[in-house]
Formats: sequence, C-alpha cells, structure tokens
Amino acid sequence: MADVSREEVERIAALARLALTDAEADRAAAELEAILGYVELLESVDTEGVEPTRHVLPLATPMRDDRGVMSIDPELAVANAPELAGTAFVVPKVIEGEEEG
Amino acid sequence: MTEPLGAIAELRAALDTGAVSAVQLVDRSLARADALDTRLNAFLGLRAEGARADAARSDERRARGEVRSPLDGIPVAIKDNMVMQGEPTTCASRILEGFVSPYSSTLVEKLEAAGAVVVGRTNMDEFAMGSSTEHSVAGPSHNPWDPARAAGGSSGGSAAAVAAGIVPAAFGSDTGGSIRQPACFCGVVGMKPTYGRVSRWGLVAFASSLDQIGAFARSAAEVALLLEAVSGHDPRDSTSVPEPVPAWAEALDGDISGLTLGLPREYAADDGIDPGVLARVNDAVAELERAGAKVREVSLPHAHTAVATYYLIATAEASSNLARYDGVRYGRRAETAGGLTDMYVRTRSEGFGGEVKRRILLGTYVLSAGYYDAYYRKAQQVRTLLRRDFEEAFRSCDALVMPTSPEVAFALGSRTEDPLRMYLSDIFTVSANLAGVPGVSLPCGFSDGLPVGLQVLGPPLEEGRLLRIADAYQRRTDFHTHRPPESV
Repeated sequence: MADVSREEVERIAALARLALTDAEADRAAAELEAILGYVELLESVDTEGVEPTRHVLPLATPMRDDRGVMSIDPELAVANAPELAGTAFVVPKVIEGEEEG
Repeated sequence: MTEPLGAIAELRAALDTGAVSAVQLVDRSLARADALDTRLNAFLGLRAEGARADAARSDERRARGEVRSPLDGIPVAIKDNMVMQGEPTTCASRILEGFVSPYSSTLVEKLEAAGAVVVGRTNMDEFAMGSSTEHSVAGPSHNPWDPARAAGGSSGGSAAAVAAGIVPAAFGSDTGGSIRQPACFCGVVGMKPTYGRVSRWGLVAFASSLDQIGAFARSAAEVALLLEAVSGHDPRDSTSVPEPVPAWAEALDGDISGLTLGLPREYAADDGIDPGVLARVNDAVAELERAGAKVREVSLPHAHTAVATYYLIATAEASSNLARYDGVRYGRRAETAGGLTDMYVRTRSEGFGGEVKRRILLGTYVLSAGYYDAYYRKAQQVRTLLRRDFEEAFRSCDALVMPTSPEVAFALGSRTEDPLRMYLSDIFTVSANLAGVPGVSLPCGFSDGLPVGLQVLGPPLEEGRLLRIADAYQRRTDFHTHRPPESV
C-alpha cells in the first residue's frame, strides 16, 4: 500500500502551486493513498522490454511553407488579461520581499 | 410547453418546405431551454441574440437557394470547453470566470461553414474531469429520465440537452468516456471518433493524448451527418489525422451481414455488471445477430489494467496542461498583497474545484522525481499492451460490443465522496481512449425505467463501420425514439 504523508502532499501541492488547508491536506493524503493503492495492480503486469506509448499516432513535426499568415491582433490576444500595460501583461513583483519603486 | 425538437432530417424537411424558419427553430430551442433548464441545468449559457442572428442569415441563404449543408439552420449546442469568438468559455470552472474567447475553435468554424446554429454552451464536469457533471461550478446536470440521477459526465449537459429535445444535436469531448457514458445514461447516441479525427484546435486541453471531440444525437444517422461536418485534417492541430472524411451518412443502408462482432470475455465475465444492463446488452447482441452479424468471443487480456493506466496518464497530462491557469494572461486572478508566486498559488487554490485539485496533485505526484518510472512510464508501457490487445482482437472481428457502463444512471451524490469509486464507473470506456480507437454508445433498452447503452468499438478510422452497425440496430428497434417523461 502506498503510504502518502501529509508532508508529501504539501510538497506536491507546492510544486503544483496549490495551497491546501490542514483538513484538505489530510483528506488529499487519504485519497491519494487509496488511488495509488489501486494503481499498484499495474505492478503485476510484465512490461519488461515494452516500449512506452506516449501517443497513439506516430508524431512528426509537420512542415509548412515559410509564408507569413495573419494571426490574432495583439489587442485582442491580450484582452482577457486581469491587468495590462498596453499589450503587456502586468504581474505582481517577482522578487519576494523587495520594495517596489 | 414547446414540443421537443425533432430529428435533423425532419427539421431540414420543414426548413426546405418553408413550414418553419431557422429563426423559429432557434426560438423553439430557446423556449424549451427556458421551460426545462431550471430543472435540468444542461446549459451554462445560451446565446439568444447571436443564435437568432445566425439563424436569420441561414434563412436568407435558403431564400437565395444557397443552403450550405444538411445542417444549415439546425440548432446545436457545444460543450463549454470549445471556444467561440466573442463568447465566454468557462469549462465549468471559477478560474475561467470572465473569459471571452478571442478566436473560434476549428469545430465552431466548421459548424459555421455548414450553417449550423450554436444556441448555447453545455454544462460539464470542471475541465471535463468527472463522470457525472457533479464537479461543475454551476452544480450538476440532472438526468431527463429521473432528475435525482446523474446525466453522466463529463459531457452531461450535452447529453441531457439532446435527450430532453432542447436541441437535436450537441457536441462533447471524450477523454475517458465523457461522450459515451452520458449518452448511455441519457438514452441518446454518442460517438467518440478515432483520436485525431476531429481537430482539437480551440478545445480546452485536459489530457492531450486522449482528448477527442465527438457528437450526440438521437440516431446514428444524425451522428454520421454531424461528424462528417466537423471531422478532417487541420494544420493547426499537429495530432489531427491527415485522412479524407468518408461520406458516412450516405453509406448507411442497414446491411451488416458478413460483419463479425467480438464479445470481450473479460467484460462478459465481469460480475460488477448490473444484471438488468447485462440482459439488455445480450438482447442487443442477439438482435445484431438476427440482422446478419456473426458473433464470437474475443479476449482483451489487459482490460483489468485500463482504469489504473488511464488515471495515471490522464492526471499526469492534466497537471501539465492546467499549469497555464496562473492568473496572468486570462481568467480570474485572486486578490493578493504578496508577490508573483503568492498570486499564482491563491489564484489556483481559489479558482480550481476539489476534483481538479485532486487530479493535479495525483498528476504532479506521478511525474515527480523518484516516481516517474514507477507510475508514469509504467502506465505508458501498459498502454502499449492495451493497444496490442485491440490490434489482436481486431484480427478476428470487425468490431467489439459490450456495455457502455456497468450500470444505469446512478443517483446524484452517491459517488462524490469516493473518487476511486467514481473512477471505476469508467471501466468500459477508458480503453478506447488509451488505444485511440473510435467508439459509439447507443440506447438498447431500459432497466428500472432508465436507459441502457450498448457500446461498439472499432479499429482506427473505421467510424463508418460503427455507424453502420448502430444504424442497422436502430432500423430494427425503437429504443432511440423513446423520450423521457415531459413532466420532468
């Protein structure tokens, strides 16, 4: 049985940029443990030497002629942004603890 | 109350004779939504003005003798994860609150080129993650046959809207059964074509190697028309298949003599299948035999691994795809006095619902250092074995038949506290996505007054064969003509 601690859940949540309350983290640990316990059934499948399937189709990079095409207007492309300066996205300060100025 | 909208062929005939206008069809569709949708919750948004304007243009084309296709003037609905320029797309998530799409999906462009009129956006599980439409920020869709039961998911709104006769046709996406299972629960036809058959350009990504757009209607003949209109290679989707789209609808003649149907013994022996469901599916197989098909037992030896494989691959891909929702470029940004990282964390924690967070966590876990080989790579290897199972099975049969779901529509609220149990309800549908093969669910009777679905799966690019089998069955039976009680 996979053993998922609350600390492990908090580490994963931080990687995924999610914050969980204590109760949510406890619950997530129990749920992940149950799901990971279930998927352990794959361990009994012999996959020695089996190529992984990343995609069902043989993927190649399609090429096209090097011709300019009309794309979306910059104003329209950024119109959904929560905060803008012209056509640039505005975000909160990137370096934590540094005063703006 | 406004009558349910009839089949596409009936509506088309009425448009051709001038008995009805496209604008009147839109008004009927909207009136029916108005009357029923406070109970069903099938729609997240109706586009009354836009649809009337599109319909008026369709009427003008018809008056000029410039009808674009058999779908010109036909009202349809799209799942709210397919973008349409100038319209909101929410994916039933708080995090996309306020988003208005600056462009249209290939699906919507093709519908517009065919003249179909999009009347609204349908309810779904948030980001298509779920099997009941209960994981929607707007609350669940209700099953038209029994509002205390789930419409299925994740495309539950599309299935319910068609079953209730609000629209004759709707589109959905299917990552692990999200078209076929709600079609089964609501007693309509739902088809997921071959992976890559319909462009994913403008479909909000959940698990990119599994996601596929498909269609709902009450008959296979209508689904054939719908899929013909929206399929085809698209240079904007590098995974779209560069194959011509056959004239599927025209080829339907009811003849399935000479076809061999395979019954996977792993599913026939599954003691988790509801006896009522099994009985109806066996009846349907017998009917197909009477229609001239041969039936033989086949084996999918890795069938028992499909759900585990699916939930590892789907959540891994989802955790990566959903990294884009960070409050910078679009969607809802959380208020914060902190820095950039704090803004990301608050935006995502406030914006995503419980099931989406659960899957992001699982996906992040299985992709994280130290677990990648044990979980993700292992699942991709088992996926290869599952694909080989199908290749092997299709050497001895033309299509596979089995239940779509092991049960009829379950009660709302009965699964939400147990994620694993919810995941296991997808046991018969996820394999088709892992193997990339096409599949259709069609109504094959009732158990306890609720619809039962027959699933037919075929080799890649053989949608025509599946439609032929489904259509032949529907020519001999009338289950697809039953409508849910109007009192609902």
